[in-house]
Amino acid sequence: MGGGPATFGGQEMWLDHRATGLTHPRPRSTIQRMMKNVVEVRDLVVVRGSREVLPGISLDVQAGVTGLLGPSGCGKTTLMRCLVGAQQVRSGTVEVLGEPAGSAPLRTRVGYVTQAASVYDDLTVAENLRFFARVLGVDPASVDEAIGSVDLSSYRDQVVSRLSGGQRSRVSLAVALLGQPDLLVLDEPTVGLDPVLRRDLWQLFHRIADAGAAVLVSSHVMDEAERCHRLLLMREGQIIADGPPDEIRERTGAADIEQAFLHLVEATS
Amino acid sequence: MSARITLAVAGRVLTQVRRDHRTLAMLLVVPCVLISLLWWMFDDLPGDLFDRFGPGLLAMFPFIVMFLVTSVTTLRERGSGTLERLLTMPMGRLDFLLGYALAFGLLAAVQAALAVGVSVGLLGLDVNGPVWLLGVVAVVDAVLGTALGLLVSAFATTEFQAVQFMPAFVLPQILLCGLFVPRDAMPGVLEAISNVLPLSYAVDAMQELVGSADQAEVWRDVLVVAVFALAALGLGAATLRRRTP
Repeated sequence: MGGGPATFGGQEMWLDHRATGLTHPRPRSTIQRMMKNVVEVRDLVVVRGSREVLPGISLDVQAGVTGLLGPSGCGKTTLMRCLVGAQQVRSGTVEVLGEPAGSAPLRTRVGYVTQAASVYDDLTVAENLRFFARVLGVDPASVDEAIGSVDLSSYRDQVVSRLSGGQRSRVSLAVALLGQPDLLVLDEPTVGLDPVLRRDLWQLFHRIADAGAAVLVSSHVMDEAERCHRLLLMREGQIIADGPPDEIRERTGAADIEQAFLHLVEATS
Repeated sequence: MSARITLAVAGRVLTQVRRDHRTLAMLLVVPCVLISLLWWMFDDLPGDLFDRFGPGLLAMFPFIVMFLVTSVTTLRERGSGTLERLLTMPMGRLDFLLGYALAFGLLAAVQAALAVGVSVGLLGLDVNGPVWLLGVVAVVDAVLGTALGLLVSAFATTEFQAVQFMPAFVLPQILLCGLFVPRDAMPGVLEAISNVLPLSYAVDAMQELVGSADQAEVWRDVLVVAVFALAALGLGAATLRRRTP
């Protein structure tokens, strides 16, 4: 495992998960493991304006925490929008949980957090959650559970506009957790958060993955790589590496994922 | 379409408005103040000018106010990502639109009750038809404003632009609705344009109620306004896309 930066104990969490995940598989995670892939993208082409943002990308996402890493503007957000069915696609296929992405049966099974906190500023935390719970048709009891899992219970009756940026993005995350989705698509959920909060959120992602869901987290910060079970390194609309962090490091002989990324870019150019 | 989701949207919009005390106060008080101002302005003049202009104003409030409020709120939904999020959920486009129409229709009913109450009770507006029918006209009018507001918000990228649609979309309708110059006395081209603008029918309905009170005529006008509102909602639904470029 050597060489990786000790980023807030990410590595330990990864090991913990492996241990618990294998010895105490829960029913839902067993089902998920029997399914090959949670997400299957094949030859996906997306054109925005005159630019080919995704020039024919293929990838799979399985259960566990998958990191989608790459510089700003490499197409991470566009790819994630494709997974939730919000993006117009020119060609190729995107399947989520065996269904075409964005199809009706998936709309309660996929949780999505955009980069901006997509919640209502003029409502309280609980009012936001209650509204989205009604739209999803999930039990109102899950509202407090979702607020608790992002550690905002003491803010539940605060109006969102009075919260800090980090708290707002956690409200947005709580909405995505409603109804325990099988796939969570999180677009840069940890940007601009302090180290303690980032660590807590990554622990939350792992708890969700332990319960059997697939979590896809994008980031342009390479030091978050060590916190993932699996990485997809992305550049200019293409996946340039795919595998567990230690395997990518070993293969490239790099000390950390940032070095590995540079190595891969230089090798392909 | 789902009643649960439509009601969730309506409830949420009303909670947002309730939280914004200043907007709520303006929605309810401003029409009463303006109609009083109109009455006062005509008070010393001979003739029944208040009876002529009052109904037109009552028809305009719900339309203008709901147009503005809706175009800005839905633009905010588009900009903040909440609309995109809702459309990845089991939210039908009609659920969203009808939720808004329901919330603002209810608000308009309260607004109309106050403005009509002041006009008829305090200012002595002579209404020959049933007073509750004034409320019906106001609500249909508000739904029309909401529907058009939703529609234009698709063509605005900033709140500044959304507000500019008010002079572009609403002022011509006010000028041509027959309040300043009777519609049949306008140049032929303008009369023809006036005949295809929804506010003309809303103002007609109000004036009819105050004047000759031919109820069949009023319901015909209400029907025309309702058809415009439904058409605008349909077009608005077409602008709400789950998949965007």
